[in-house]
Amino acid sequence: MTFSAVLAGISAAFLLTLAQAFWVTPLILQAESYEEAAVSGAPAENPVVGLDAWRLETGWPRLLATAAGNGLLGIGYGLMLTGLYAWRRPKGMAQGLAWGLGGFVAFFAAPGSGLPPELPGDYAAELGARQAWWLATALCTAAGLGLVCLQEHRPLRILGGLLLVLPHLVGAPHPPLSGGLAPETLRTQFRLATLLSNALFWGVLGGVAAAAFRRFCPAD
Amino acid sequence: MNAQTSPHSLPVHVGARAAAIAALALGGLLVLVVGFSPLPAVHDATHDTRHSAGFPCH
Repeated sequence: MTFSAVLAGISAAFLLTLAQAFWVTPLILQAESYEEAAVSGAPAENPVVGLDAWRLETGWPRLLATAAGNGLLGIGYGLMLTGLYAWRRPKGMAQGLAWGLGGFVAFFAAPGSGLPPELPGDYAAELGARQAWWLATALCTAAGLGLVCLQEHRPLRILGGLLLVLPHLVGAPHPPLSGGLAPETLRTQFRLATLLSNALFWGVLGGVAAAAFRRFCPAD
Repeated sequence: MNAQTSPHSLPVHVGARAAAIAALALGGLLVLVVGFSPLPAVHDATHDTRHSAGFPCH
């Protein structure tokens, strides 16, 4: 089980790292250049934005740290998926992709619909409040999807539906001013880049984890 | 004790369930560390991962 999770996590993280190196990270670097310009030009103009304290040297050290972060994240999500596979054995690759889609919705799309992926220098509400809403939304969406898709019992499915909409009724914490230091076009590009790279990540994670789980964890 | 147990191991289904729960817990912990740890060194190393995976970062 652990081997399946690690294999799937590393494969998905490798593709995510490639997508980041060529598409996502250059957008982050561009946003940081606007951030640096704003901090050096008019320091007190906007108190909500502090210069991001990046200390690793841009280039290989930064790419390697990101690759390691992606690897750990991939293994983490992979372990969670294979833990669920031990409970509901996937019948094939297609079911693995469906689990991947579920992970994408619970851990990217649902939290991202209220708190879209941020570029450095974006105006944002207080970090603790955003983290709490993100986590609560991911948990409610995962539980809601599980109840709606895997339960036959009607009241449980209705409860699942309520859990899916509840975080959005409460609403994500937003700053008084929307936008950020980087231009809107960069923000749009960043949202598209993260959407596609995370969809790829979750598809590969769900599919490879299912195939590896079926191969290495024989049914009882 | 049923036919699937040996003197030194738990029944197979209990072992499998424990392994599944351990995998979920360890996986969740890894995701929390990568996405949410407030330690400056962890934040710095996972900065681009957090931004691109959609975690609130700073």
